[in-house]
Amino acid sequence: MNPLLGVLALPLVAFLAALAIPRRQPQNSRWWALGSSLAIFVLSLILVFRFDQGSGQEQFALDQPWIASPDIHFAISVNGVSLWLIVLTAFLTPLCVLISWRSVQNRVKEFYAFLLLLEFGLIGVFVAQDLFLFYVFWEISLVPMYFLIGIWGHERRIYAAVKFFLYTMAGSMLMLVAIIYLYNRTGTFSYAGILDLLASGKLVFGAQEQLLLFLAFFVAFAIKVPVFPLHTWLPDAHVEAPTAGSVMLASVMLKMGTYGILHFAVPLFPRAAHQCAPWIVVLAIIGILYGALVAMVQPNLKKLVAYSSVSHLGFVVLGIFSFTRMGLDGAVYQMLNHGISTGALFAFVGLLYERRHSLEIADYGGVATVAPWLSTAFLVTTLASVGLPMLNNFVGEFLVLQGTATVHFTWTVYASIGVILSACYMLWMYQRVFYGEAGQEVHHHIFDLRAREWAVAVPFLAMMLWMGVYPQSFLPPVGKVNDAILQESQVDVPVRVSLPVPVLPVRVEAARAH
Amino acid sequence: MAEIPIAWFLTLSAVLFVLGVAGFLFRRNIITVFMSIELMLNAVNLSFVAFSYQLKQVDGNLFAFFVMVVAAAEAAVGLAIILTVFKNRSTLNIDEVETMKN
Amino acid sequence: MQLWLIPLLPFAGFLVNGLAGRRFPKGAVNAVAIGSVLLSFAWVLKTLFTINLDAINQEHYFTWIQSGALTVGCDMAVDRLTAVMLLVVTGIGSLIHIYSIGYMAHEGGYYRFFSFLNLFMFFMLVLVLASNYLVMFVGWEGVGLCSYLLIGFYFDKKFATNAGNKAFIVNRIGDFGFSLAMFYMVRNFGSLDFGTVFKAAPGASEAVLTTIGLLLMLGACGKSAQLPLYVWLPDAMAGPTPVSALIHAATMVTAGVYMTARSWVIYTHAPLALNTIAIIGVATAFFAATIGLAQTDIKKVFAYSTVSQLGYMFLGVGSGAFSAGIFHLMTHAFFKALLFLGSGSVIHALAGEQDMRNMGGLRHKIPWTFWTMMCAAVAISGVPPTSGFFSKDSILVAANHHAPWMYWLGVVTAGMTAFYVFRAMFLTFFGEYRGHAHPHESPPLMTIPLAMLALLSLGGGYIAVPAFLGRFFPTVEAPEDFTLVAISVAFGLGGIALAYLMYIARPGMADSLAGGLKGLYSLVYNKYFVDEIYDAAVVKPVVGGSRVVLWKGMDVGFIDGMVNGVGALARRTGAVLRLLQSGNIRSYATWVLFGSVVVIVALELGGGAR
Repeated sequence: MNPLLGVLALPLVAFLAALAIPRRQPQNSRWWALGSSLAIFVLSLILVFRFDQGSGQEQFALDQPWIASPDIHFAISVNGVSLWLIVLTAFLTPLCVLISWRSVQNRVKEFYAFLLLLEFGLIGVFVAQDLFLFYVFWEISLVPMYFLIGIWGHERRIYAAVKFFLYTMAGSMLMLVAIIYLYNRTGTFSYAGILDLLASGKLVFGAQEQLLLFLAFFVAFAIKVPVFPLHTWLPDAHVEAPTAGSVMLASVMLKMGTYGILHFAVPLFPRAAHQCAPWIVVLAIIGILYGALVAMVQPNLKKLVAYSSVSHLGFVVLGIFSFTRMGLDGAVYQMLNHGISTGALFAFVGLLYERRHSLEIADYGGVATVAPWLSTAFLVTTLASVGLPMLNNFVGEFLVLQGTATVHFTWTVYASIGVILSACYMLWMYQRVFYGEAGQEVHHHIFDLRAREWAVAVPFLAMMLWMGVYPQSFLPPVGKVNDAILQESQVDVPVRVSLPVPVLPVRVEAARAH
Repeated sequence: MAEIPIAWFLTLSAVLFVLGVAGFLFRRNIITVFMSIELMLNAVNLSFVAFSYQLKQVDGNLFAFFVMVVAAAEAAVGLAIILTVFKNRSTLNIDEVETMKN
Repeated sequence: MQLWLIPLLPFAGFLVNGLAGRRFPKGAVNAVAIGSVLLSFAWVLKTLFTINLDAINQEHYFTWIQSGALTVGCDMAVDRLTAVMLLVVTGIGSLIHIYSIGYMAHEGGYYRFFSFLNLFMFFMLVLVLASNYLVMFVGWEGVGLCSYLLIGFYFDKKFATNAGNKAFIVNRIGDFGFSLAMFYMVRNFGSLDFGTVFKAAPGASEAVLTTIGLLLMLGACGKSAQLPLYVWLPDAMAGPTPVSALIHAATMVTAGVYMTARSWVIYTHAPLALNTIAIIGVATAFFAATIGLAQTDIKKVFAYSTVSQLGYMFLGVGSGAFSAGIFHLMTHAFFKALLFLGSGSVIHALAGEQDMRNMGGLRHKIPWTFWTMMCAAVAISGVPPTSGFFSKDSILVAANHHAPWMYWLGVVTAGMTAFYVFRAMFLTFFGEYRGHAHPHESPPLMTIPLAMLALLSLGGGYIAVPAFLGRFFPTVEAPEDFTLVAISVAFGLGGIALAYLMYIARPGMADSLAGGLKGLYSLVYNKYFVDEIYDAAVVKPVVGGSRVVLWKGMDVGFIDGMVNGVGALARRTGAVLRLLQSGNIRSYATWVLFGSVVVIVALELGGGAR
């Protein structure tokens, strides 16, 4: 059997089976979710081992006609980039099950069912090669997240859930229009088919047409990333979401956006992508700095991490639109890094919340005295997040900035300021939460990691270290794919820019002497 | 036999329809409103049949039968609802049946 | 060669102590921590004795990052420069580890302290052994991390964790320069390997090399506490004293000097960058020395002294006398570590007292500490033939060759150095005891390292570092000039004499002088208000602006306001349209009727229905 189909189908089967578990047996729901998600993880590892890492091609392709008219196929495959995103999803789901073990007490059955459905939708997004199928998975993943926030969230959960839903919906409508337009233009939803048409010259977009289509896709993805200034749903969604929801949202759902840009928007509309790149890069750099500065002054732990995500994801977008091999490699690596380290941050914040029932930084202080191991785990994650070498984020940030520097050194200068700021907000937060003298409340409520929580913390920390020390176990297949993307999206004709190029720093090449 | 011009049928149909509309809009008794609807349906039926005869095509007759069937079904359901409404609220004034509002 | 053993031994110590040290008795923690560092020291000695330092001794372990044309390996190498650094780091490191057993004996978090210290040794050795800039950067950031952790060692104290944050963040500003330099190198040379970069550098344009040089210098300024980024180092004294000695005097803060010397190929082809380094160095040396004149906290005096001495090293390197800079780095490691450890011993003896106004007359009560510290004080004052004399004079001679005004500023600084160090010595050890504690001599575990460092401080000048490095660096032919040497020695002795005059012979003189120059004194006493200026000019505007303008104004107010505004608009439109939906069937019917009439009329007007 095609292992990819297994990885995709198993979450759906697990979801359906989870629905069949009687509501009176929450413990069974938990164990089922844990067992099945672990099985999916194992399956995804099998996928990794059977994946030909030396090839940049799509692998394990499966193409079945689904709906005859319009011609929609159930077409899935995986490449060196989506492979790791699938593994990331499969890696995080069991951990999410574990962190929700105690904190979710009502509607347990539905919670885990939605979590498995979410996994199904996310994996689907990363494997779909038919534009319509991609859209279907894109929306499927939206639904469980909406409920996770809306039912198991905190006080303002309804507001946050609706905001999240409408924001994303607005973008995906644009994308749907673009997809349908593409179908009318080409007669196919097949992504590979359209690329072939483009490559053979049978399909040529007019400049304006290409620009509009690109923007339709890009806005949909940019909302999900989120690119400044489309980010305001994120802090609300994160603050209100339950821990597992935050983890999945930050770690995987945001990557849907960057993955979409990398996998669809850029290869399909390379000309428009290059044309818009200066603008998008300006937004990315604003996002990096703005996210960091706003994160610095947040009084709420989850909001702080949410804004830091805006900052981190700015690096990913910057890397993609540098159109260099290092930039793209770094962007993809940064997607994975952010998935691990921010996922871990949210998980640990969740552990704090479980104990102290507050997300306000001011309610903490001196946690290191009462919970040394929790503090250590959090510290390592913090350091990973600020990009300390030997931990994962450093490699991604380095590659992104290095890639950008080879084409536009000044972009790098501005983006690098974000690295300074990340140290400011993370360490300041860490100081206020963990250092100082432990107050009465902290003393009473906070205790160190328990066995189940160790099981969450250790995989996270191990991944951070592994990805930081030996990134070569992940980078080679990514590089192969990125080479192909760069080749496809090469624009040999000079870009005719109908947009005025921003006057910002971008073009001033400081001290460039050749 | 001299043909009756189609205009006469249409005029009659229009008059009946306007009567139905007027009844529907201005009467408050549910039964009367209901009968007004039937009146409108039958006005339409009349023009269907008239056109069918004029154009020597059977379609119009077919539609008339459809309308009659639907009208019969509607009468059955409608009268049942009216009965229930009357039982529950002991009124037939439609302005007083407004639970669904707001 | 197995170079990896050198850093990995302390790392193993860190892992063992860090993960399990809490359950260990103190003896086991000591054995692991000190054992690993001593083994590492032994391995350094063995390595240095067995290899030929003039050959290329590089080891490649694995490919760390490979992307496109860039390949960065985890590579290590030993050459003459590394050899000096390795000996300083592991040698002084071992002594300070041993000293710490005594010093930390009564402190909480014992295992934590030693595991951090071992982690520091790991990163410092990585920094020194690295054979490309990125691996060096690993060590560079890593030592910064350990510095952060150890400054904030007493993490329940707000001032300590503040100081830790400050150190990390200010260092980050320096690292910003370092990383940009790396990006620029790859952009121009396509590699970060020392070998490749230094081979390609002479062929590159001067503008490129100057840019790289200045960016690297920014990094060095952060790490080595030079103007304008020196502000973290004085605060870093919040950490335990052995940390101040090891990290903030002997090893980590000299990393900037090491890195600059390591990049000599770049700098020799970028005279502008080199000259900037010299200017920053001499300015820092002078500036920090003036602050040191008026401090009352014993550790603060030595902290500013460290900043000042690092300025000397920068001056040496910037004058092109790389070997003199490294020489001073080594001798400074001896006598400054000793000064810090000695002051730690004093603080230990006085149960935590750090203010020199509450000391005095301790020379009979803690004689070991007194005599060893005296050796260091003599050395730092540049009295011949102690170690400081040789290294400082080789720097000053080179500075004179580079630009005479730098020599004169350096000489004045040397006088001030001698003055403030002896001021501290006199205030601490002479006169009457002014405090209330019961001073007692420290245990041998602390005094033996002091004694060894004292020997090194006195005799370290005969370790012929310049000759040893002469084959590594290009030689500067600075003519031996006896007058220059004599002048600087005279200034040093003059400083000592002045201190003697003001604090022993005529005790009232210092106060009356401070009273006479009130404005100047308070300016210096308050460190020129630099911290306050930074706070008002940078920190407050950034934080306040982020909160008020960006977050509340831009994010919540403008962007989210727009988003919610769209929502509100839709809702209000709905509220209007809702009026049509009255729920009255007959009103709907009227609308239908009305609509049909409109449609029919429109069709008629528009040409009639066909």
